[in-house]
Amino acid sequence: MFMLGPLGFLAPWLLLGLTVLPILWLLLRAVPPAPIRRQFPGVAFLLGLTDDDSQSDKTPWLLMLLRMLAVAAVIVGFAGPILNPKTERTGSGPLLILLDGSWADARDWSAKQDRMDELLGDAERADRTVAVVPLTDVPEGALPFQSPSEWRTRIANLAPNPWAPAADVADWANGLTGEFETYWMSDGVDRDSRDAVLSALETRGPVTVFESPRATLALRPAQFEDGEISVTAIRDVGGVTRDISITAHGLDPAGNERALASVAATFDADEQSVEVPFDLPPELRNRVTRFELDGVRTAGAVTLTDDALRRREVALIAGREDREGLELLSPLHYLEQALEPTADLIDGSLTDILLANPDVLVFADVATLTDGEQDEVLDWLDAGGLLLRFAGPRLAASDISRTTEDPLMPVRLRVGGRSVGGAMSWGEPKTLAPFTEDSPFLGLRVPADVTVTAQVMAQPDPNLSSRVIAELTDGTPLVTRKSVGEGQIILFHVTANAEWSSLPLSGLFVQMLERMAVSSRPSSPSAEELEGTTWAATGVLDAFGRLNDAANLAGITGARLAEQTPAADMPPGLYAGDDRAVAVNVTTVDTTLARPTWPARITVEGLAVASEVLLKGWLIAAALALLAIDVVASLAVSGRLFGPRATTAMVAIVASMAFAPDVRAQSDADAIVVTSEVVLGYVVTGDSEVDQISEAGLRGLSRTLFRRTSIEPADPIGVDLDADELAFFPFLYWPITGDQALPSRAAYSNLNRYLRSGGMILFDTRDADTARFGGGSPEGRRLQAIARPLDIPALEPIPSDHVLTRTFYLLQDFPGRYASRDVWVEAAPADAQLIEGMPFRNLNDGVTPVVIGGNDWARAWAVDQRNNFMFPVGRGNSGERQREIAYRFGVNLIMHVLTGNYKSDQVHVPDLLDRLGQ
Amino acid sequence: MTQPQTLRTRAEDVAGAFPPLLAQADQLAATVMVGEHGRRRAGVGDSFWQYRPAQLGDEARSIDWRRSARADQNFVREKEWQTAQSVQLWVDGSASMHFASEPNLVTKADRARVLSLALSILLIRGGERVGLSSGGVPTRAGQSHLIRLADALSADDVDDYGCPDTSAMTPLSRGVFVSDFMGDVDAVERALSEAATRGVRGALVQILDPQEEAFPFDGRTIFQSMGGSLQHETLKAGDLRDRYLDRLAERKDRLDRLACETGWQFMTHHTGDAASSVLLWLYSAIGQVR
Repeated sequence: MFMLGPLGFLAPWLLLGLTVLPILWLLLRAVPPAPIRRQFPGVAFLLGLTDDDSQSDKTPWLLMLLRMLAVAAVIVGFAGPILNPKTERTGSGPLLILLDGSWADARDWSAKQDRMDELLGDAERADRTVAVVPLTDVPEGALPFQSPSEWRTRIANLAPNPWAPAADVADWANGLTGEFETYWMSDGVDRDSRDAVLSALETRGPVTVFESPRATLALRPAQFEDGEISVTAIRDVGGVTRDISITAHGLDPAGNERALASVAATFDADEQSVEVPFDLPPELRNRVTRFELDGVRTAGAVTLTDDALRRREVALIAGREDREGLELLSPLHYLEQALEPTADLIDGSLTDILLANPDVLVFADVATLTDGEQDEVLDWLDAGGLLLRFAGPRLAASDISRTTEDPLMPVRLRVGGRSVGGAMSWGEPKTLAPFTEDSPFLGLRVPADVTVTAQVMAQPDPNLSSRVIAELTDGTPLVTRKSVGEGQIILFHVTANAEWSSLPLSGLFVQMLERMAVSSRPSSPSAEELEGTTWAATGVLDAFGRLNDAANLAGITGARLAEQTPAADMPPGLYAGDDRAVAVNVTTVDTTLARPTWPARITVEGLAVASEVLLKGWLIAAALALLAIDVVASLAVSGRLFGPRATTAMVAIVASMAFAPDVRAQSDADAIVVTSEVVLGYVVTGDSEVDQISEAGLRGLSRTLFRRTSIEPADPIGVDLDADELAFFPFLYWPITGDQALPSRAAYSNLNRYLRSGGMILFDTRDADTARFGGGSPEGRRLQAIARPLDIPALEPIPSDHVLTRTFYLLQDFPGRYASRDVWVEAAPADAQLIEGMPFRNLNDGVTPVVIGGNDWARAWAVDQRNNFMFPVGRGNSGERQREIAYRFGVNLIMHVLTGNYKSDQVHVPDLLDRLGQ
Repeated sequence: MTQPQTLRTRAEDVAGAFPPLLAQADQLAATVMVGEHGRRRAGVGDSFWQYRPAQLGDEARSIDWRRSARADQNFVREKEWQTAQSVQLWVDGSASMHFASEPNLVTKADRARVLSLALSILLIRGGERVGLSSGGVPTRAGQSHLIRLADALSADDVDDYGCPDTSAMTPLSRGVFVSDFMGDVDAVERALSEAATRGVRGALVQILDPQEEAFPFDGRTIFQSMGGSLQHETLKAGDLRDRYLDRLAERKDRLDRLACETGWQFMTHHTGDAASSVLLWLYSAIGQVR
């Protein structure tokens, strides 16, 4: 094959044809374009005129160049050019294709698969045996060398693992035997084990590395600091700025997974990490299940969140909410102090709070609730709420849970409670007993200085002992607990302030709240905490960052979980223990990414599979396109393109260019023109003749107004109901044609807004010569169809005292080209009365929004540019009179639109003058 | 070849846009024919003008006895003097008029015929007498004359360019020449001066195709006249445009000047425009010459 750079030619001899191009050039150049014969009467004026020069009898060089290029493209095209013709990879002996197989491979896994497929194809042709081994899942024993065709069927099912190769993978490499060549498909992330594995492989044979040059990105686990979540994105190479966006995913209130928030960030040129803060409201923050780096589909670009990010919502309700008291005596003071750093506190009335569905409800010395409130609280408890109650003077004084156990109390209480070690009582203040085996507080150290001086006493009961989770040294219950549905009720038998005990003052109080999951825990559990626990996966990530069902993975120990290093036995995902969930992510807070540095002796190739591209078709198509341009250009040069007979050719060319339809959108400039003067508008019906008449009619009316009145309108404008803003036009003329399209929904809402805000539309069915109003003409029916969705009030024929009869001229007829009396306007209110001595009724305020008739006013008004009437009206002098009255009606109409009921108000002038004593 | 019937219908359409106007004769003495045009003076006619005392020489039968019975004198009933104008049309039917640059445009000849027949209808409705010199139709009045006019207008001429015919013009009548005036301008000049010597006033209507005004040609072109008698080849038609337009303007200017000198009026009309405006102009041009 003849090669020219990356181009190969199947039939290179054809390229010799290019040498004839200069000859063709000379030949074509010599032939002038053929003349056109035209019949043209004006030839009489042409006789004797000579041409300035005789240049155009030769073809212009640009046209020649175009033709030469076309011919050249054909010649080169038939020579069979191929871009990137394939070259085969040779070699012999067994071949090991080594994959990293980690999460970083997922980014361009399909490219890797293609590349492997190609390598296997080459190996098949070279008759080599091949083993494909991912480092994240190394085989036991010897390498599985098999025929490449066998592997080709299997690599389609090969998937990367969502973890990195184990640290001891070098041992496996050192244990390999035999001679083989190695192709290492690297995932592009540097690891400590890489050098050791490389040197082990080099002892077996040559090594070639395939690595994508694309950058690897990952997210570090989300951190919670100062009420804000921050997520750090990292990358392996700096050097260029790169924009990223990170999206928080979670469940919406309906329980559907969706993106909750998205934040954009930028890697500066020399930065390898960027911290992205998420400032989310607590409601939203608690629902976040994972953060994702948009557009990167690897497990590294996903970081799962666990309880560490959750802040519990705690509602505090005190029975005695008198702010006059001392702050330190407030029943809620110590609770607020303890919970504020780690929980979101909610204030408000109980019913409001329950709507917010808090995690924990704290009643400090609250005795009774109404039945309705109690039912709501019970429903909330059934759904998994935690009700934390503290005793106090009110609770002790009330009869709650005295004889029967209150639904919202874990135990029955004895009357009065007790106090010990006070001035009026005997004995020492009691201290806390160590926590028992089954207490949730097990393991907390009891400080010696915590004393209890007063408490409410639990009534001895068969199930009392099972409900006690903390007690005093003398065995009286201090904290009792009861499960209700999914939730539980916990009662501290002392107050929440330091009145009855010093417990709220101690660190133990905070720890106890923490244990009861009232407050949030520190971000990640320590190894000691996890010691001896078992965790089950609830969802695991695959290498592509998808969260899958955990199926039946075996549980893992707390110690393993604490390592936070995902591997085959602990894939990254969400692990649930007794009362909390812990996320295992691909990365940790101190993960960094770096490119592997390969020794100079190693060949590193990219992943791109250069595919053969046959250029023949493209070149022939290019030649055709050039010839098509040549056709147009030749026509233009010879005068046939824009000549009189070229209309059809032009139409065809223009149509083929798929011109956008003439969009008549109002620009700001138009709006300024329209609003700076009075402009009469007409509705564009789509029938060009009707539209021209409308325009001519309004032009005639505008000029008449200009001459006779102080209204000086500009030239009328056609209005597109869909696109244009109608509010600029005080008046719209709307001729109805029988086949007019109904306006769109947008147009209707436009129109209704226009009518409500004081615009006027003159509907003209133009059929008064043949049809009575509303009677069966196509235009009348069309008008009914068009006007049905419009906001048009009740109508009546123009009454003789309507303000339209006297806004400028005194009129009683409203003729256009036809002189029908059927002209309808908004009906007067039913209570309008003719007052004695008044010429007119005191009619409705405002302007009638519509005037409907069929007198074809536009034709009566229409004038051409020279002010000639375009259509005759009537016959003789009476016709001219009718036209004059038509103009007067137009003047009255526009006056009515612009001045409203001003003339109507004049009715009161005699009255006003009378009152002024004139 | 245009069908006479359709031509008349179309002409009626165009004429329908105008109420009948009455042409004014500017000379009373000549071409007096009894018609419907009040001359605001006593004369021969149908309408009552005035009573005047009978004088010596009045025929006895002219005395209005009913009026005379109411007075001691005899009165004569005078009628208003009415005259009719006669208008001689010349419509160019030569080959050059059969040109239309686009399929949706009418040919110049079509427009000329419709226009002149519409004018005839208006005039005949107004009681005038219309003749067609190009078709040899004498001046007559009456609706039935329209059919003869339409018939004569439909005839085509074989010449490349037409030249006005003044042979049938009666003195002190009106003349209308409708043509593209692309042919020999001297013939037009002769015709006009002849008409002027006979006291004929009137209007020249030059009908042009929009393409003849625009000259939108380019490239190597051979131009032929409609009859094929004239031919001109150019290599760059676009270069000729300015000079062509200059010559066209010069021709219009010459015609305008000629019209001015002879008391005629001149107007250019394009087949792309509506016929009614030019008809109105034409009608008033004939009617209002003083």
